[in-house]
Amino acid sequence: MASLDDLKKRIASVKSTQKITKAMKMVAAAKLKRAQDNAEKGRPYSEKMNNIILNLSEGISDKENAPKLLSGTGKDQIHLCVVMTSDRGLCGGFNSNIIKKAKSYFSRLSGEGKELKIITVGSKGNDQLKRVFGDKIIENISFKNSKNANFFDAEKVSKIIIEKFKKEEFDICTIFFNQFKNVITQIPQAQQIIPLKTDIDDKGKSEDNYEFEPDEDEILTNLLPKNISTQIFKAMLENSASEQGARMSAMDNATRNAGEMVDKLTIEYNRSRQAAITKELIEIISGAESL
Amino acid sequence: MSEEFKLEVVNPEKSFLSKDDVTEVVVPAFEGEMGILKDHISIISFLKPGIIKIYSKLGEEKYYVEDGIIEFKNNNLSILTSSIFDIKDMEKSKIDEMLRAAEEETAKDNISDQAKYLIDQKIEVLRTIN
Repeated sequence: MASLDDLKKRIASVKSTQKITKAMKMVAAAKLKRAQDNAEKGRPYSEKMNNIILNLSEGISDKENAPKLLSGTGKDQIHLCVVMTSDRGLCGGFNSNIIKKAKSYFSRLSGEGKELKIITVGSKGNDQLKRVFGDKIIENISFKNSKNANFFDAEKVSKIIIEKFKKEEFDICTIFFNQFKNVITQIPQAQQIIPLKTDIDDKGKSEDNYEFEPDEDEILTNLLPKNISTQIFKAMLENSASEQGARMSAMDNATRNAGEMVDKLTIEYNRSRQAAITKELIEIISGAESL
Repeated sequence: MSEEFKLEVVNPEKSFLSKDDVTEVVVPAFEGEMGILKDHISIISFLKPGIIKIYSKLGEEKYYVEDGIIEFKNNNLSILTSSIFDIKDMEKSKIDEMLRAAEEETAKDNISDQAKYLIDQKIEVLRTIN
């Protein structure tokens, strides 16, 4: 059994760990509020963008010659996967959930004999993927220096993707991110962005005929790259809200576990202290008796 | 009958501006300035660098935009843009800086005609504000 002194030290160390996790939880809670606000504020833009694209793609006259970003290259041999994770750890299953989702997608692809290319956004994803898929990673982007998700960063990512698409380096592009549902639930998502999947949703459809200026094709050519930035930005916002949520609940758990551990150790400490006292008493009494 | 319609300006980060009492909006559409009044036909267009003028009861407001898309439908005007600034809030030093960056850009010779056209537009607009 550990000595009294050891136990005392352990209790102290668990207590200070608990202090840290508690502080991290507070910080995450504060950041979560902001990230959630940002995610909510960013929604109208991406929704409107989606609507416009939907209306446009319906109105397009010549489907054969539609921009490639919309219709795809006509092949599906090379897949580009953009795995978006965080730059920091200690956020529970946040990163590993995305990685898990991505990995199962990767193995399905390789089962079908497709070629795979990976871009990682965020250093944690890169760390986890490079062991197994290191040769597949063609780019690693990290925004360690930017505090919040911002549109400028999203544009950087989308520029890289579009450039590669123009060079015909891939046929299909999918992004992986965590969708924020609530503090304890984040749903890993795989979303195909090239070619664009237009959800056929009757609600969003409009009966109106739009006037286009300039014509549909030209607007689409301009709009599609923007839409990719928007989608990536949306993913980044969702991701940052999810990250804070995941961190908050992970730290909450850690704090609670530390509390339990302190309780257990305290009982053990008291017990062994009592045992020592009893032992001493017995020694004294039996010493007195023998006299 | 009222001649007012709804306007919403959103940028990727947030809803920038929302008004439901505008009477006229003039936007710098790609093929020339376009004034939108109530009951305009549904239209989608995109913007080039320029000034958005919003007229309402309160008077005139001016915003500088670099790019964007507009959609008008059922008397709802949505302007989606990633770069919009209230002209009142634009400081001279900032405008100068933007001008300088744009001038550097246009001096490069590897840019496409369309990009050059857009940048030239930007310079022109910035000069008028200045």
